Amino acid sequence: MRAARVVITGLGVVTPLGLSVSETWAGVCGGRCGIARIRAFDPVGFPCKLAGEVPEYRIQQYVPKSFRKGIKLMSRDIELAVIAAREAVEDSGLVTRGIDPENINVDPERMSINLGAGLISCDLVELAPAVAASVTEGAFDIRKWGKEGIELVTPLWLLKYLPNMLACHVGIIHDIQGPSNTITCAEASAHLAIAEVVQIISRGDSDIGFAGGAEAKVNPIVMARQDLIGRTTTQSNDSPESACRPFDAEAKGSVFGEAAGVVILENLESARRRMARIYAEVVGTGESTNINPAYEHLEPDGRGIQLAIEKALADADIKVGDLDLVIPHGTGIPCDDLAEARAIRAALGPDARTPVWPTKSMLSTTGAASGAVDIIAAVCAMANGVVPAAKNFERPAPGCDLNIVTEQRQGNIRYVLCCSYTYGGQTAALVLKSFDGEVAG
Amino acid sequence: MADIGTTKRVVITGMGIVCPLGNEVEDFWQAVLAGKSGVAGTTIFDASTFPTTFDAEVKDYDYREFTSKPELHKDSDRGSAFVIGATAQACRQAGIDLETDEPSDGIDRRRMGIYLGAGEGSVDNDVFFSSLVQAWDVEKNEMDWAKWAEAAIGRMNPMYELEQEPNMPAAHIAVLTRARGPARSCLTACAASTQAVGEAMMLIRRGDADVMIAGGAHSMIHPLGLTGFNRLTALSTRNDSPETASRPFTASRDGFVLGEGAAVLILESLASAKRRGVPILAEVIGYGSSSDAFRVTDMHEEGRGAIQAMTAAMADAGISYREVDYINTHGTSTAENDLIETKAIRAVFKDRAKEVPASSVKSMLGHLIGAAGAAELITCVLAIRDNIVPPTINLNDPDPNLDLDYVPNRARELPVNVAMNESFGFGGQNNVVIIKRCEGD
Repeated sequence: MRAARVVITGLGVVTPLGLSVSETWAGVCGGRCGIARIRAFDPVGFPCKLAGEVPEYRIQQYVPKSFRKGIKLMSRDIELAVIAAREAVEDSGLVTRGIDPENINVDPERMSINLGAGLISCDLVELAPAVAASVTEGAFDIRKWGKEGIELVTPLWLLKYLPNMLACHVGIIHDIQGPSNTITCAEASAHLAIAEVVQIISRGDSDIGFAGGAEAKVNPIVMARQDLIGRTTTQSNDSPESACRPFDAEAKGSVFGEAAGVVILENLESARRRMARIYAEVVGTGESTNINPAYEHLEPDGRGIQLAIEKALADADIKVGDLDLVIPHGTGIPCDDLAEARAIRAALGPDARTPVWPTKSMLSTTGAASGAVDIIAAVCAMANGVVPAAKNFERPAPGCDLNIVTEQRQGNIRYVLCCSYTYGGQTAALVLKSFDGEVAG
Repeated sequence: MADIGTTKRVVITGMGIVCPLGNEVEDFWQAVLAGKSGVAGTTIFDASTFPTTFDAEVKDYDYREFTSKPELHKDSDRGSAFVIGATAQACRQAGIDLETDEPSDGIDRRRMGIYLGAGEGSVDNDVFFSSLVQAWDVEKNEMDWAKWAEAAIGRMNPMYELEQEPNMPAAHIAVLTRARGPARSCLTACAASTQAVGEAMMLIRRGDADVMIAGGAHSMIHPLGLTGFNRLTALSTRNDSPETASRPFTASRDGFVLGEGAAVLILESLASAKRRGVPILAEVIGYGSSSDAFRVTDMHEEGRGAIQAMTAAMADAGISYREVDYINTHGTSTAENDLIETKAIRAVFKDRAKEVPASSVKSMLGHLIGAAGAAELITCVLAIRDNIVPPTINLNDPDPNLDLDYVPNRARELPVNVAMNESFGFGGQNNVVIIKRCEGD
């Protein structure tokens, strides 16, 4: 049996540049930067005081009335996923229970979901009063906590912080009854989640899948963790716009942020049957891992990324020369950028001048969401025939010999490669192919 | 089952476990067959005043006994440490060489992948609680973030922080085994490692890998984990009799018992196993995944998602309910799970529902959360190997509404050729894997 072809028919995104695909795309095309001083908490005392935070929103606006009881169980990561999923469904033309229960045009059992999620850190302000009530002679007293402190913790507290709750809330709203998974491979999560859903549809276990990721990293513990493992820039607190500089000689580290990205993946035949707008086809997936006992950074030659790219190109059955664009992970962390640049060069060959467009200088590093945001950026670039200019790239860092897009370009884009990696090791690469604006029918 | 050829048939060639009933497969199996309980008072931290004061802990375990390079894993959190031992055992049994740089075991490392259902690590408790005590202004009811940063950032250990990320157990396995194939980690609560095994099998079937190291690792035995489950009232509070607290399918069941551990299976294409000439323990023939899409807090009343996952797994395996010899239930000992799981088995197994043995090893092992499914799948492999099914212990007062054959209190010898393993998770995650005796290969 020939494996089914899988296409993208819906896009939804929440980023520091906007609460929708159109706002985000307009932002990156306009060279806007979503990075600013942290607003979620007072970052005085933090080495890096910058983050990419999404604009204000009212979650009620995105949740159907009959599901609003669930809002109090939503951590911010879940909220972002719910918002992006809603836009993606509406964009696809699918009518689920969460869009209009009277006019459903999908089979719930044939829908699947896989949203990459991060380690959802608890809300310290929510927990602090219970901790403060568990003090004996100025110090935390676990015995007092076990008896009195925990009584002050809201009963369903844990459910807000289980990573699979992103997919569960979205699944409940839209009545997704097929396979459901949550990839937790940090910054490689969304690409891996998309790859898995592509494979699930392609093997026939589902016709329509929600895939991507979401993470709200602007939490004091998460930000402190990134500071401590040496991934943030600490020298740019007064110049947020120019702080994150992937592959640039002046790069000093990354800036972290929050986002969500969801794509609707669909069996090509299903998309054709319902005359859906088809954005692109996912033609190749590749996965590997870095092996580096230092764990927090990449191995210096980025071999795990190189292998993922090579596998994705082989899976897509295309040559390096067919690629029109590469969206790298590109965080602005000098040693990781160098390793990734080496890996891309090794996979594409020394003569390749494929345009490379890093996005995180504008959107920040958004953990489990970042790969989905990049996939959506890739689709927008294909749909508009435009690659926006990379921001904050002036002079290449030594060894980062890539053809970074410094001025906006226009032209037909047929194949795009997106790749990602994470601390710890996992790597992923996806190849998208444009669908020539074909309206099926 | 349709003839899918030896490259697509997936077999199990190695197993390893680190759990409350032992840190080797045979020790674990003998304890299970003897009906021993791994449950006792909590020793990892002072839980004496919590509503639940007991759990199922891994005992006398040191990961350094399982690797010649322990320094590569020196900051391991409990989950990572457990999975190192489980993986090393499984690799030893499967003839996978972990010691030399140029392994001669006949496995291309680019074709050997990793898929874990793994949990997050514990917060650094001392720093976590004491920094909240110092930074929370009780009078103003607000956080002083400068104080928090001073108290927390200065004292947090970067590597302990990194170890909390749920992708770290998989990262350690990459370093331990040098596997460069697809590497994923998922966290679908209590169903995670069954999902990991199922999707790992699919990666081999798709041709993306010849060998997958699949399983799970998790420990939520820490103050915030116990707090979360106690607040959900999901745990047994039978503090006066810990070893009888996990009593699935009884009238007096009052919740599950929190456990910890890791379990790993080596999945391999039949062609690879034959080529390498390694013993085959069983064949993985079916996988089904579904979601309830019902409520975050409750399972679907009729077990709709559980039924769908079992049905999908049997369809994937190409078998009917008449061919299943043993069901390893999720069997948590909560009022809700045991009732709904029983209803689902009744619906799927129809006239055979009361005759197929369906036991719960959680009665002995406690609930290993993310690692539970893989540990229970190992039980299924051993049941097939020895033609004996493990008991549900503590089953002295059957719930009159639950009328299946739960194999009360004593292991039972009977022919087992096909076994079904069920795992269900918070949020409505359902995963089922079916394995079969591999004869004549």
